[in-house]
Amino acid sequence: MATASEDSAVAIAAPPASPTARHRPNIGLGLGIGTATLYLSLIVLIPLSAVVLRAFEDGWSGFWASITAPEAAAALKLTVLISILVAAINLVMGTLIAWVLVRDSFRGKAVVEMLIDLPFALPTIVAGLVLLSLYGPNSPLHVNLAYSRIGVLVALLFVTLPFVVRTVQPVLYELDPQMEEAAASLGAGKATTFRRIILPSLLPAMLSGTALAFARSISEFGSTVLISGNLPFQTQVAAVNIFGQIESDNITGAAAVSTVLLVVALAALLLLDALRKWGTHRG
Amino acid sequence: MARISLRVVALGYLLFLLVLPVGVIVFRTFENGVGAVIDALTTESALHAFQVTLYVAIPAVIANTIFGVGVAILLVRHRFRGRRLLDALVDLPLAVSPVVVGLALILVYGRFEPIGGWLADRGIDMIFSIPGMVMATIFVSLPLVVRAIAPVLEEIGVEQEQAAWTLGATSWQAFRRVTIPAIKWALAYGMVLSLARSLGEYGAVAVVSGRLVDQTQTMTLFVEERFQNFDQQAAYAAAFVLAVIAVISLLAINLLRPKEGSS
Amino acid sequence: MIRAQNVSKNFGTFAALTDVSVDIPPGSLTALLGPSGGGKSTLLRIIAGLETPDTGTIEIGGADSTRVSPQRRNVGFVFQHYAAFKHMTVAENVAFGLSIRKRPKAEIAKRVTELLELVHLEQFSQRYPAQLSGGQRQRMALARALAVEPQVLLLDEPFGALDAQVRKELRAWLRRLHDEVNVTTVFVTHDQEEAMEVADSIVVMAEGQVKQVGTPDELYERPASDFVMSFLGPVTTLHGRLVRPHDLLLTAEPGDGAVPAVVERVVRLGFEVRVDATVAGEPIWAQVTRYRARLLDLKSGDTVYVRELDRVDAVSTSSRESSARSA
Repeated sequence: MATASEDSAVAIAAPPASPTARHRPNIGLGLGIGTATLYLSLIVLIPLSAVVLRAFEDGWSGFWASITAPEAAAALKLTVLISILVAAINLVMGTLIAWVLVRDSFRGKAVVEMLIDLPFALPTIVAGLVLLSLYGPNSPLHVNLAYSRIGVLVALLFVTLPFVVRTVQPVLYELDPQMEEAAASLGAGKATTFRRIILPSLLPAMLSGTALAFARSISEFGSTVLISGNLPFQTQVAAVNIFGQIESDNITGAAAVSTVLLVVALAALLLLDALRKWGTHRG
Repeated sequence: MARISLRVVALGYLLFLLVLPVGVIVFRTFENGVGAVIDALTTESALHAFQVTLYVAIPAVIANTIFGVGVAILLVRHRFRGRRLLDALVDLPLAVSPVVVGLALILVYGRFEPIGGWLADRGIDMIFSIPGMVMATIFVSLPLVVRAIAPVLEEIGVEQEQAAWTLGATSWQAFRRVTIPAIKWALAYGMVLSLARSLGEYGAVAVVSGRLVDQTQTMTLFVEERFQNFDQQAAYAAAFVLAVIAVISLLAINLLRPKEGSS
Repeated sequence: MIRAQNVSKNFGTFAALTDVSVDIPPGSLTALLGPSGGGKSTLLRIIAGLETPDTGTIEIGGADSTRVSPQRRNVGFVFQHYAAFKHMTVAENVAFGLSIRKRPKAEIAKRVTELLELVHLEQFSQRYPAQLSGGQRQRMALARALAVEPQVLLLDEPFGALDAQVRKELRAWLRRLHDEVNVTTVFVTHDQEEAMEVADSIVVMAEGQVKQVGTPDELYERPASDFVMSFLGPVTTLHGRLVRPHDLLLTAEPGDGAVPAVVERVVRLGFEVRVDATVAGEPIWAQVTRYRARLLDLKSGDTVYVRELDRVDAVSTSSRESSARSA
């Protein structure tokens, strides 16, 4: 086995000294999982459980009383309804914008492409401030949406803008142009092709993005705080209601409304997961 | 024809929703000249807010980067019971409203709660102080680094690492010399996303910090507080700084974004 | 040099290897040949230490290596898709194993140059893998594996990702390299032509088991089973048995146990002629030389007589044909 130039060959051939002969990652794996679980528990799981526990401090009747309290109920109802509207608008506009970004070309498209992510990067309070300055009392466009539900709607549309666009774009890019060519050769017009060939392929992504937008919308706080004026029963969204209850030391009530938000958002994300699976099934 | 009208609708929507509002902030901020802006930004409160923001954001980004790399490797390179659960849990923060995050942390780490009390007895105050704000920020940006590097880890595959092992590298050496360089752009992308999110967090820190001016006030809290106190100049000035940081992050994110399709 | 004994490996409910024992002599060039999913790559990876067997042992160079980590086995491994370190230059790739062993810079540089010359990649030393062709990347991977003078070199379908032409070139090149460097080499392939051309000895594996071990000639001429026979070369059926199409003798007249066959098609394929026929309704095909085909002058529908050639025929036929030419 040793070659002629023994010293250097043997020296090179000898594997590096290492303290552990086994490379089986089981100990490291266990440690890794344990650490990750600990981190997640301390920061996410235990705190969230505490919210749910606190919400039921006075049992189911207490919980029910908290969420049917007039202000809380109104806030929840407004939040869910307006978020459904936000989701619907995003479904259409988001897909439209994604379409234009993928299929169209014009000067400055790269800049527009980049701008789409702005709501992700911009702090929500800054978003609220800028929307208020453009659409509030001192609006240069003479459009005053302050203290109105439309103001809240605009704020929510701002923060949810990227979701549908960014989930639909990759799918649009991957679409096989030959599918559309085949449809054209079989006599289908542009609208028909869109409706029967393209739309079905995009649908899972569209709905995924919409579910994300919905979940984000019901949770939104910072951008609505300024423009809405937080008028109870009128423009107060659930998150703002929760904040108010915390400030008034009504912790149980805050926890109850929080639990409802958590459940609704989780349901939306479960739906999202199911949609993704449906999407990959159809290939 | 249809193409033009689609384009107009899309760009119009973006103009009124995105571009004009952000454009207006520039005008409002510099309404009274650059001097006023600088004055507003150099008050003690403003500088303190800036400092607090960094003290909160930077540890959060570091913590989530370490966690993110570790969890991404766990999820992509290993199979174990509960892997799908871990995968789902990592995304959980996305479903939680910021104020609920704050509430959740208060309920566990507040002075009068079991864990919080235990820590307070040892002189560590979580709520109404920086540590709690760091935790809140970690919570909201938890998934970002993981999700940025997991797909890339998946894509490059395990063979390079295995090749390194056969050449004599230990797991750590392979990690340091092969894995990290291979994912460095995705990692940078995740870190920038995480930093942008951490700098911009409002709701969660609003609850957890008690919003004590000059003590636990971040830049975002500063914007809101100044605005509510009719100090528009300061509010806009700080908002402007945050917006500039956001735009720079945007540029960085777009440059670093893992490209569609592999080379 | 390498001894696998009673190795079994399951992935969930899939039995990748069942009680496999293989003995690989030092200095040899051995092919693990078989269809996909047969367990060849799994066995190779177990030898390398990238997988652990459920049962059985692996001995390398006389030492029990079953539970030894891949970094301590000192085996060189070459992957089908190169596993090049994309962010390092060719030189850095080749130097990797040596730098892990903390060899002095000068020594590393010398060895890297040596190896790059061996694989004819000297002028690419500062390039990145992405700038190389597939064949060049694989040569780099080989140089990288050889740099640390492994006791054993393992290659997992090394040419599978390359174009047909490059594959043929590198095949021959691997054989020459082995003759020069002389390290015990095992490679996995599903291409029987590759195995036959390159290897000293072939281990045929399918369904997680060893079907036969031998030299290319042994396997081709004395296959232990129908499976091995059909895997290693062309086959056709006569009298319910598998025979080699080129071992069939076609004659115009009956005799010597030949059976009648109806010609369906005659196809000229370059040097050889393929004759598709039926014997009592069962399809059969024979491979004959152009010379013979011209002699018989076959057309679709003709009747011809078929029997299997045996040794005696081979000798007498060739002596008859050569004496016919010299006369």
